[in-house]
Amino acid sequence: MNAPAPPGGTPPRLQLTGISKIYPSVVANDKVNLTVQAGEIHAVLGENGAGKSTLMKIIYGVTHPDAGEVFWEGRPVHIESPRAARKLGIGMVFQHFSLFETLTVAENISLAMDEKAAPAALAPRIKQVSEDYGLPVDPMRLVHSMSVGERQRVEIVRCLLQQPKLLIMDEPTSVLTPQAVLKLFESLRRLAAEGCSILYISHKLDEIQALCDQATVLRAGRLSGTARPKQETPRSLAELMIGKELPVCHLEPRPTAEVRLALRKLNLNSDDPFGTALKDLDLEVRSGEIVGIAGISGNGQQELLKALSGEARLADPAALQIMGQDAGGLDPAARRERGLCFVPEERLGRGAVPDLSLADNALLTGYVPQYGTGMVRRGLVQRAAVTDFARKVIERFNVKCGGAGAAAGSLSGGNLQKFIVGRETLLAPKLMVVAQPTWGVDIGASMLIRQAIIDLRDAGVAVLVLSEELEELFMMSDRIAVLADGRLSQAVPIASTSVNQIGIWMSGTFAASADGGAHHAQA
Amino acid sequence: MNVEHLIPFLASTAGAATPLILAALGELVTERSGVLNLGVEGMMLVGAVCGFIATLASGSASFGLLVAALAAMAASMIFAFLVLTLQTNQVATGLALTLFGVGLSAFVGRDFAGQTVPPLEHLHFPVLSDLPFLGPLLFRFDALVYASVLAVPLVGYILTKTRLGLVIRAIGEAPASAHAIGYPVIALRYAMVLFGGALAGIAGAYLSLGLTPMWVEGMTAGRGWIALALVVFATWKPRGVLLGAYLFGGVTVLQFHGQGFGLAIPSQFLSMLPYLATIVVLVLICRDPRTILLNKPMSLGQNFKADS
Repeated sequence: MNAPAPPGGTPPRLQLTGISKIYPSVVANDKVNLTVQAGEIHAVLGENGAGKSTLMKIIYGVTHPDAGEVFWEGRPVHIESPRAARKLGIGMVFQHFSLFETLTVAENISLAMDEKAAPAALAPRIKQVSEDYGLPVDPMRLVHSMSVGERQRVEIVRCLLQQPKLLIMDEPTSVLTPQAVLKLFESLRRLAAEGCSILYISHKLDEIQALCDQATVLRAGRLSGTARPKQETPRSLAELMIGKELPVCHLEPRPTAEVRLALRKLNLNSDDPFGTALKDLDLEVRSGEIVGIAGISGNGQQELLKALSGEARLADPAALQIMGQDAGGLDPAARRERGLCFVPEERLGRGAVPDLSLADNALLTGYVPQYGTGMVRRGLVQRAAVTDFARKVIERFNVKCGGAGAAAGSLSGGNLQKFIVGRETLLAPKLMVVAQPTWGVDIGASMLIRQAIIDLRDAGVAVLVLSEELEELFMMSDRIAVLADGRLSQAVPIASTSVNQIGIWMSGTFAASADGGAHHAQA
Repeated sequence: MNVEHLIPFLASTAGAATPLILAALGELVTERSGVLNLGVEGMMLVGAVCGFIATLASGSASFGLLVAALAAMAASMIFAFLVLTLQTNQVATGLALTLFGVGLSAFVGRDFAGQTVPPLEHLHFPVLSDLPFLGPLLFRFDALVYASVLAVPLVGYILTKTRLGLVIRAIGEAPASAHAIGYPVIALRYAMVLFGGALAGIAGAYLSLGLTPMWVEGMTAGRGWIALALVVFATWKPRGVLLGAYLFGGVTVLQFHGQGFGLAIPSQFLSMLPYLATIVVLVLICRDPRTILLNKPMSLGQNFKADS
């Protein structure tokens, strides 16, 4: 502690001044300043691509800044590596976990500790810390058998064992149920009360207001402001974050018509040994309504999507009905011929072929004659029609790209998603299934995508949306159901439920769907 | 079937199994770190010829084994440099290493074909080696037979119980994560490839110094491939290598002892057996994907490049 004490007592725990990081194609950080006090929960707020993650990587020593200075407790430091960062007392919980699936919790934690402690010796300490902070984990369990929430606990406990002075959390709540989020917040508040500073990265305004003392807002790599979240409104925070007013989408009540998608006791075993089997799913989606399915990935979402798209065929053809006809045994092309359009969760690989141009990617689903796009005539591809269609999608959905000839893989995630949703929308579906419509998409584009889906519904399409973002589902669904542990809850009208109740359902506590009934009165 | 045939059969099974254990253990460790080196056959041949020449020149089999290990390590170093530093395809590079080893060993050994060295000395334990039945069965082998068997639990212990083993398994499963925590993925993979090379070299030299103490072109006769199959057969677990090596070794020598047992199966069928057995085992273990997922190094065969 030989640092010169600045006026005003103790120096801030961490201070960044004028940090810049330039990548070949993008300026990730441009003269960013950030000050975190001891024991402070400090939000770093910004849209995808605003430069939050780069800034955190610089603090954790994963990358190095091109310009600017880092002060740790008043002293200038160069954080060369994550190891050096941990030595200072910085811990980081990554957005994409860095756990080893085939190893136990204790082995995983042992690997990440700088002191060479044997897994067996660590086990009691892991138990102790995890119980102290209300983050129960069993040190002897293999990671692959754990849920995402449990894995996150492991990551946090791993950081806590090193008694950090600064804990960085990158989008920690994206995989948690609302109740688990509250529990996490309790643990974090407790940690902060003990003097640990927390850098909390998120784009969820309500969470930041509930948790954080101070916020630094980034926009397009630059500092766009600092704020005390509790004294701001979500609106003013959003304006700092996106630089303009938060757009909204409108969902007017409208009558529904015939059932276009029905699941009747749908069962499916997962072909992934760590997947989740679907058990007796019942659901109806009618023309002119959006049914949202909430739930955290890994609860059967992938299996349900496969069952819906036709990637997995069902043993019982009657378990899935499209437009009133048995479709469980049909392949994806045959289902599309019946009027199904589909936006998968994985954009590259399932939604689009990375190396093909946008035009060719449009052809991949648009060739189906029933869509009437005229892309294929007598077995021959009509280039002009294909390119026209792709251009129409690009224009209508404001896709930022190098034209219809640009490779799908060259687009940013958000723009590619706009293209895929646009492509499926313009195919004039009768039934639309959308998975994670706005995952990783910035707020402006998210609203555009949601509005496009709502417009489909208003045109009489039956829409099924699977999403992890409850806020989104409450914004755009007529009815909502929960998929947890391979079981589907009843689909209830949005007005008759609450985030809280859906959150409880997401943890798997609901009566099995005796559905079909709840919404019939609406028809 | 009678005992007088059984003892020589079992004794030569141990001899046949030894090079398989050594080569397969080396490859197992290499694969556990995420690198698939299909050049085992080539490295064994390089080890066999270099070990033979060194022993012939120096008169010392220990020196020969050392040279064999170093020579095969040098060969594996080429592989490691191509795959780990230059990021070439592991399968193609491994196959190239085998072809290279076949050619190089034939070239280096062309003046030595047909010459012989004294075979590796068989140990003699007082009392034990003179026991009837048990003596020739357990206590009259050369040191490498015992060393190879002891190496199995040793490697198993290192892989499962030590920090080094933990790190090896971690980089084999998720090199990017290991790198993020701060482990030197590439350096460790280099080390594991070299370790695999060294053991393959000793395995090769065991052929030219122990089993048939002479140099014959292409004398590994596919044992490198059997060793590779063994790693999968064992589902990447050392104890499975021991079991499989003695099983496959037994089948190999059955070709020569078959007549004594009154077996009328053509030897070609017997030489197919190890591969057939591997396929059968593959089918069986694939019925339980969990075994594979938990034991197969997840990044096996995939190159890793640390980004700045």
